[in-house]
Amino acid sequence: MMRRAAMAALLSHWRRRPLQLVMLLLGLSLATALWSGVQAINAEARASYDRAAATLGQDRLDRIVSATGAPITQSAYIALRRAGWLVSPVIEGTLRLGPTRLHLIGIDPLTMPAEGLEADIGRDGDLLAFLTPPGLLYVSAETAERLSGQSLPPLKVTASLLSGIGMTDIGTAQRLLGKPGDISQLIVASEQRQGLPPIEQLAPGLVVKTPDAQGDLARLTDSFHLNLTAFGFLAFAVGLFIVYSAIGLAFEQRRATFRTLRSLGLPATTLTGLLLAELVGFALVAGVAGVLLGYLVGSVLLPGVAATLQGLYGASVPGTLTLRPEWWASGLAIALFGTLAAAAQSLWRVWRMPLLAPAQPRAWARASELGLRLQAVAAIALFATTIVLAVFGSGLVVGFSVLGGLLLGAALLLPVLLAAFLALMQRVTKRPIGEWFWADTRQQLPGLSLALMALLLALSANIGVGTMVSSFRLTFTGWLDQRLAAELYVTARDEAQAADLRGWLAGRVDAVLPIWSVSGEVRGAPAEIFGVADHPTYRNNWPLLASVPDTWDRVAKGTGALINEQLSRRDGLVIGDSLMLPGGWTTTVAGVYSDYGNPLPQVMIGIDALTTHYPDVARLRYGLRLPSDKIDVISEALRERFDLPPENLVDQASLKRRSLDIFEQTFSVTAALNILTLGVAGLAMFASLMTLSTMRLPQLAPIWAMGLTRRQLVLLELARTLVLAAITLLAALPVGLGLAWVLLSVVNVEAFGWKLPMHIFPMDWVRLAALALAASLLSAFIPLRQLAAVAPSDLLRVFANER
Amino acid sequence: MLVVLEDVSKSYQTAEGRLDVLQSIDLSLDAGRSLALTGESGSGKSTLLHLVAGLDHPDAGRITVDGQEIGGLDDKGRATLRRSTVGLVFQQFNLIPSLTVAANLAFHARLAGRFDADWQQRLTKRLGLDQLLTRYPEQLSGGQQQRVAIGRTLAARPKLVLADEPTGNLDEATGDAVMALMLSLVAETGSSLLMVTHSRRLAGQLDRRIHLRSGRIDQTAERTE
Repeated sequence: MMRRAAMAALLSHWRRRPLQLVMLLLGLSLATALWSGVQAINAEARASYDRAAATLGQDRLDRIVSATGAPITQSAYIALRRAGWLVSPVIEGTLRLGPTRLHLIGIDPLTMPAEGLEADIGRDGDLLAFLTPPGLLYVSAETAERLSGQSLPPLKVTASLLSGIGMTDIGTAQRLLGKPGDISQLIVASEQRQGLPPIEQLAPGLVVKTPDAQGDLARLTDSFHLNLTAFGFLAFAVGLFIVYSAIGLAFEQRRATFRTLRSLGLPATTLTGLLLAELVGFALVAGVAGVLLGYLVGSVLLPGVAATLQGLYGASVPGTLTLRPEWWASGLAIALFGTLAAAAQSLWRVWRMPLLAPAQPRAWARASELGLRLQAVAAIALFATTIVLAVFGSGLVVGFSVLGGLLLGAALLLPVLLAAFLALMQRVTKRPIGEWFWADTRQQLPGLSLALMALLLALSANIGVGTMVSSFRLTFTGWLDQRLAAELYVTARDEAQAADLRGWLAGRVDAVLPIWSVSGEVRGAPAEIFGVADHPTYRNNWPLLASVPDTWDRVAKGTGALINEQLSRRDGLVIGDSLMLPGGWTTTVAGVYSDYGNPLPQVMIGIDALTTHYPDVARLRYGLRLPSDKIDVISEALRERFDLPPENLVDQASLKRRSLDIFEQTFSVTAALNILTLGVAGLAMFASLMTLSTMRLPQLAPIWAMGLTRRQLVLLELARTLVLAAITLLAALPVGLGLAWVLLSVVNVEAFGWKLPMHIFPMDWVRLAALALAASLLSAFIPLRQLAAVAPSDLLRVFANER
Repeated sequence: MLVVLEDVSKSYQTAEGRLDVLQSIDLSLDAGRSLALTGESGSGKSTLLHLVAGLDHPDAGRITVDGQEIGGLDDKGRATLRRSTVGLVFQQFNLIPSLTVAANLAFHARLAGRFDADWQQRLTKRLGLDQLLTRYPEQLSGGQQQRVAIGRTLAARPKLVLADEPTGNLDEATGDAVMALMLSLVAETGSSLLMVTHSRRLAGQLDRRIHLRSGRIDQTAERTE
């Protein structure tokens, strides 16, 4: 009974201040939504990687591969089978069908262990059709649509394969890939007879690979998802500022009620318990709303993320979101955790509150002066740790720790700097209104500092990420100009047409530059090996980061190789180091080139070396050099002569546009999260201004009574908001630039393997400043309008004696 | 005449309906003179004071302060009147919490453009505040705060001091001391004083007393020496 009455008294606060309740719930819902939206995207993507990793039971079964990356021979396979090893042959390769690529997997369903075979493949009554010509090609519905009309074995749709993968009988696959007799790997059944002779004795040069639960794709994309998680967490933290602010204010405003309840005999523990129950109730309501909103955020962002993952890593992730039960639970849990974290301090204060604690606004401000000193010490300690980490640490986690330390330190330091600035302004101002303005702003600081900290975080993130993306864009555009030097890029349908093409082009264009490549393992990771013609196009344009005077001569002679920055950084390879390439042959590093947007190691060797070591290389793609006024004529002639589809003939401008589109797509999700974070910070500012405005009248009424008009007061309040936002923006500049530096020089290097030069874009800051000031004005609009419309009778109530 | 009220009426709309707070009030106050407004709670004393200060508008009638008809002034004009002609002392002190005692004392005078350092120093001494100048309002007792509020008003040497229950929050001894000080300083500055009070004893110390009952003048009395 007592509890019910006390609860009713506590809840009555929200009935009288519905906007405060809305802010609390909105802040919590948004924080939960942004966090769980990002988590949903990550979960969806990881589920896809798991499926990819589970293909052929790679996450559970041992595999035998060649130590050099060369194909396994038929004789090695037969030797193992004869010795009693239960192994099953698999061939993998990329089938180029014009512009479409299909990752083809050929299996032997008769020897394949049950764990390695998808339930329906080759086992649903079509085994005979699968094994005998023309065979069957299993693909996903999406892939089937893309492949229709191609000269392939009959397609059969299965739900168990990811998009872009085709599975067929090994004989069929070897024929399609043009690699008769080749085997990429042998799947080892989990149950083997005892006492078998060791593999290295039966087939030297083969090694056993243990199951890989994570998979290459999951490893490659880890950094991308960590980036997303970091942003989700930042948005969540900014959202929590609103919650903290709303809870703190509600507790402050109910101080009298708490005192009354305590003096009426309600124990402190019961009061704290009731407040906790109230908060848990709010957290659950906001959590449910947040998870639903998060689903919406995730659904909107996922297609962009899927396109990015496809463009960057070739990872196939569905564009639609599945609502998973564990996701509901984690969404509610994070809402609950966030609420309790934001309310912990207030709850502690209520529990320890002396019964006769008076309410003194300046005492609050003075108490916060001590808090400011502590904050300054904490911020300096954080900065020191951050510097030590940045200098001596390494790894992506350290990179993000540096980011976190920088942001948190800056946020803690902001109120300290603001207080010092306002005190200085108060001292140097001569006019009474000015003096009051600065002193009063200083007094408002404790109530506004959380919102300003949220704004600082959002603005710093915007500047940091904006600088990173713009620096990247500038470097990337210049790099594309160097790298895409050929005027036209043409892909033949097949080898016969390619031969025709070469003959026809001779004499019609200035140069025909082959773009031929093979895939294989380099230093234990999947890589691509390109052949490069000895031509000024490369010698004059290729974006080399490290070279020696005879780099190109060495490459042309076949004695040297160029490697991309990613491979160089990952394995610490420098010019002069030797490098073993697929097939077991060794060359020397002759140069390092930048290779943005590619997560994989890449090697470039002379075109003759490529055709010598990999005679089966597909010779379908070419870059053509020709005068720009001949591009249209040659394109048209090629199209007519060879009946090429539009995708097989791309001019440089289109290719650049396409590359830039992928680039923009990559950062569109980050940009969306950035804007959402800024929106949440704007909301935090609005919540603080709105709640402060309800307490402003007693402070403003005496000034009004002494001869200031309401219009002047409104303008002063507006100036206050703008001044605080402007100082926060100024403080955000160095923090944002520091953030950009960490992103470019630490996180990108760790995550993607490339380092980018940092450029400064002051016009972007001007745009952001306009946006931030507009957001501040917008957040101040309603409180100011209320103040402008306040009736004299409301102001007079401040002076009323019978209150 | 510094203050003239002619047939002034004021009503408020309340949940119970229209409430007539002041009805057809006529009164005047000469320059340099003092007038006490007494009456029960709700009799309209504070409303009358607010109308004279230009903080609120009458529904009917004319109010003239220092020759200016308040009804003819816009928001800015009324603000100028409050800044330059009127000084207000409230029961709740209404000091500016973010400013020190010294800054509070000088605030209104500086706002009115009449800051006089010598006068401020003398005033501070007379009010016994010279040791408290660097403190903030919340660090003062009620009596000290009210002395700061009086000092703030008188530092600007306004022609008219309007005081609303200035000792209502103080105990009797402190209230009497503050009152004596205020009356002496008002006399020294040559300001007129219009004071709202519940206390007939305090009202007796002013030149004239008007008693309000239900929004009407019930009784007028001159001070008898």
